[in-house]
Amino acid sequence: MDSGIVVFISLIYLVLLFVIAIYAQNRSARGISIVNNPYVYSLSMAVFCTVWTFYGSVGRATQTGLGFSAVYLGPTIAAPLWYMLMRKIILISKHLRITSIADFISSRYGKSTFLGILTTIVLVFGIIPYISIQLKAIGFSFEIMTNTGSNQDFWDGSAFYRDKVNYFTILLAVFTILFGTRHLDPHERHEGLIAAIAFESLIKLISFLLVGVFVVFIAFDGLGDLFSRGWSDPALSRVISLDNSSSGMTSWFWVLVLSAVAAMFLPRQFHVSVVENNNVSFVRQASWMFPLYLFLISIFVIPIALAGKILLPASSDPDMYILSLPLFYGHELLALFVYIGGFSAAASMVVISVISLSIMVSNNLMMPLLLRTRTAKINGFAVLSDRLLGIRRVIIVVILFLAYTFYKVVSNNFPLVSIGLISFAAILQLAPAVIGGLFWPRASKKGAIAGMTAGFIIWFITLPLPTLAESGILDPAIMTDGYFGLSFLKPHALLGIQNVDHISNSCIWSMIFNIGLFGLVSLLSTQDIQELAQGDIYINITKYSDYPDLEVIRKEASVLRLKQLLVRYLGSTRARNLLNAFDGKLSTASDDNASQEFIGFVEKNLTGAFGAASAKLLLSSDIRQQNITLSQLNELINQTKEILEYSQALELRTQELQETSDELAEVNKQLKELDKLKADFISTVTHELRTPITTISSFAQMLDSKANLSEDRKKEYLGIILKECDRIRRLINQVLEVEKIDSVCETREITYTDAVHGIKSAIKRMQPLIEEKNIVLLMSLPDHEVKIKFNDDKFLQVILNLMSNAIKFCDPEKGKISLSLEEFDEKILVKVNNNGAVIPEEFLRRIFEKFTQYKQGNIAKPEGSGLGLYITKKFVEEMGGTVSIESSLNHGTTFSLTLHL
Amino acid sequence: MTVDKAKTKKILIVDDEPNIVLALKYLLQDEGYQTREAYDGQSGFSIALEWKPDLAMLDIMMPEIDGLEVARRIRNQTDLNNVQILFLTAKGTSADRIEGYQAGAELYIVKPFDNNHILEKVAELLDVENSFT
Repeated sequence: MDSGIVVFISLIYLVLLFVIAIYAQNRSARGISIVNNPYVYSLSMAVFCTVWTFYGSVGRATQTGLGFSAVYLGPTIAAPLWYMLMRKIILISKHLRITSIADFISSRYGKSTFLGILTTIVLVFGIIPYISIQLKAIGFSFEIMTNTGSNQDFWDGSAFYRDKVNYFTILLAVFTILFGTRHLDPHERHEGLIAAIAFESLIKLISFLLVGVFVVFIAFDGLGDLFSRGWSDPALSRVISLDNSSSGMTSWFWVLVLSAVAAMFLPRQFHVSVVENNNVSFVRQASWMFPLYLFLISIFVIPIALAGKILLPASSDPDMYILSLPLFYGHELLALFVYIGGFSAAASMVVISVISLSIMVSNNLMMPLLLRTRTAKINGFAVLSDRLLGIRRVIIVVILFLAYTFYKVVSNNFPLVSIGLISFAAILQLAPAVIGGLFWPRASKKGAIAGMTAGFIIWFITLPLPTLAESGILDPAIMTDGYFGLSFLKPHALLGIQNVDHISNSCIWSMIFNIGLFGLVSLLSTQDIQELAQGDIYINITKYSDYPDLEVIRKEASVLRLKQLLVRYLGSTRARNLLNAFDGKLSTASDDNASQEFIGFVEKNLTGAFGAASAKLLLSSDIRQQNITLSQLNELINQTKEILEYSQALELRTQELQETSDELAEVNKQLKELDKLKADFISTVTHELRTPITTISSFAQMLDSKANLSEDRKKEYLGIILKECDRIRRLINQVLEVEKIDSVCETREITYTDAVHGIKSAIKRMQPLIEEKNIVLLMSLPDHEVKIKFNDDKFLQVILNLMSNAIKFCDPEKGKISLSLEEFDEKILVKVNNNGAVIPEEFLRRIFEKFTQYKQGNIAKPEGSGLGLYITKKFVEEMGGTVSIESSLNHGTTFSLTLHL
Repeated sequence: MTVDKAKTKKILIVDDEPNIVLALKYLLQDEGYQTREAYDGQSGFSIALEWKPDLAMLDIMMPEIDGLEVARRIRNQTDLNNVQILFLTAKGTSADRIEGYQAGAELYIVKPFDNNHILEKVAELLDVENSFT
């Protein structure tokens, strides 16, 4: 394909990425972010898959078969650990406005400037080879695409202009500067960039899967075809098996560890998963979506490796099989798409890595050094943050230049993966300080420095230096004779260890010294106040994120001075915006002493912009820390813990009190209801008493005052008076009865009564009334005794009440009542039926309540107190029986009474 | 006293207690008043509409339509403008009294009552000379 077209397509693709980034940035500025979701978050983490994955996996598989997959299995196996660590790291970073892994380590160990510098150096040395292989892959893939010859010599001046990698490197530098240094964000968040990265991750995956499908199902006749050919040829069987020699297993193990650690702590991984994280909860989804991505991008590696081995000439580089295979079949468009996928893999890695490195180099390396020089302090920086962007741009160019040089000198001579693993081994040197710092309170600054320094030196002499020797830059003799001619310093067989590959060799020794010194020195050294305070924040972050004001160290500073510092370092616009935002929450009224909150706010914002250690230096002359001795600090921490425990206990007590108070409120409510019922009862009773008394008094007065009353009248008056007196007596008896029921203090001795006899004696009493109203009474009673569990008097009362109701509601002209008693199942059923009018449903429901009286038609109120049926029900229920009422048009009204024998 | 004058005055008695209605009927008829009786609010109001009494003696606690409602309906009826209203009830709190007067009553008497007191007040309301004074 014509190289002009390929260059053009590459440019178009970069412009497309930039458009996506601008679009996402605008969306997020309007509050409708396309980045703020777990899917884009997980895709952005796939920046882990660089050209190493895209091109190198296949190459690795041709050498070690399934061994290539360790790089993807590592992060997958470690996903639960990753979830736990990342949540904590994200919480800490958000709390302290941490913007890089170097800042994370420096901040943990008392905002140590030295550790910030050390980490940055480790990372710059570690990542530059890694960036260099991206450049190499871009150049190599470009050559394959355009079919130009092999590499030209770097030192050949005329060739320099012919080497396309120069142009790509410059392009990437411009792109990185445009993306990463448009403005200085205190959070170092670049939503647009993340959107572009996620898009690139999709392109990578899709193009890889397309080639896989093409190779397996179009070039070959499915997986079966491909694998049967693989098995039949002994030269190919290595591709589809695992090296299970002991050295193979050691190597496999270390690659697992390296990739698991790298997925967390590589600067670009830290940047996308921590610094650019929008929501801690996304970590949960990412912990399965990210491994899923790794799985998908790995499934076609072995088939492609096999196909390449079978089809392509032996001179073809296995790292480029994925591109060479479509070209072999003449599918230029597919090849172009694969080229773009590979370009995506390289570009995303380079951009994010270089941005995060530039943040670290500027904040953790340059700033502290600049701030230490006198001129910087005197002249100041008109606006420090503006200066910082310029510095970062220079750093980006320098880093890319170094990577380009490394590519030219070294990477050309090695496969992609072996250089990538060198970078991973460098990242491993950070792990003890980071993980120890998260969980081990005694982890100290000195320990971290000692461990990391030792690990870094061992890494340096066992991995990068030998590549220089093998490339002929250093004397190759050190490889065979050891450094300084000392045989125990042979780079790939340090201290005489044999039979392990050079990566395992480096990891084993660097980790022994790194972890050993970190632990030992931490145990032997004491931590200063800053370290203790920061360590407490890291280890107990949940406490601090719940109680943001829980700062251990008291600080003093003047409000005016802090405001001046913000303006001076961040520019007046930014400073004003920040102060406005803060004023929303808390007043910064300029009384001279700033509140702890305001000091913390200024510190955090400067930390976001310049890193923890630099912010500390910037503020050092203006914030006075109260001098606290170590024992005072310990006491403070203990007090804080006590306060927390106390407040938790208090919370518990409050909850208990609340419960008790709720219970009391409930009881009180019940009592009030009871009280109201009682009051209602009394007012009803008095009302019920007033009525007969009124009648009596009125008729009595008439008898008294009218001498000329006829005898008939006198008799009538007296009759009424006596009847009303009777009513009062009944009422009083029943009220007393009700009182007894309600207070439930009546003794309940079990007595038996003959139901038949009880019914008969009740009827006898009612006889006059029945005759007076001309009611026909039908009775159906057994002719033998029926003993039931009931009190004699109460049973009589129950039957009387039911009968008097039946009489009351009988048809006034042709009254008819039927009464029956049946025995069944240790029970009796008494039914009292009358042929009166239907009683409405709403009244039936209330008929057994106190003072409910049913009045038929518009005739006078029926006699009675309204207590009879209430008492009946209570008596019956007291003995475990039931009483109910039914009323229907043709069957009259029936009371049914069920009682136990 | 003028039994004659009293003879022209019509009194409606509404109470759901038959014996109280009876007592009031005897008491008032003996004084020469004309009476009609009702045992619930609905029929009491119907009689008032048709008979146009000079005085309505109303109980308050009655089923369906209570005395207060009867009073309000009478007050809303223009051709019943001249009806005097007297509550005769067992409800005796001051809140009850206020409610009674708000419903439009001229007088509010709490049970049990004194016969003579009733006669005095009825005479006053109807502007009739009382036989006992």
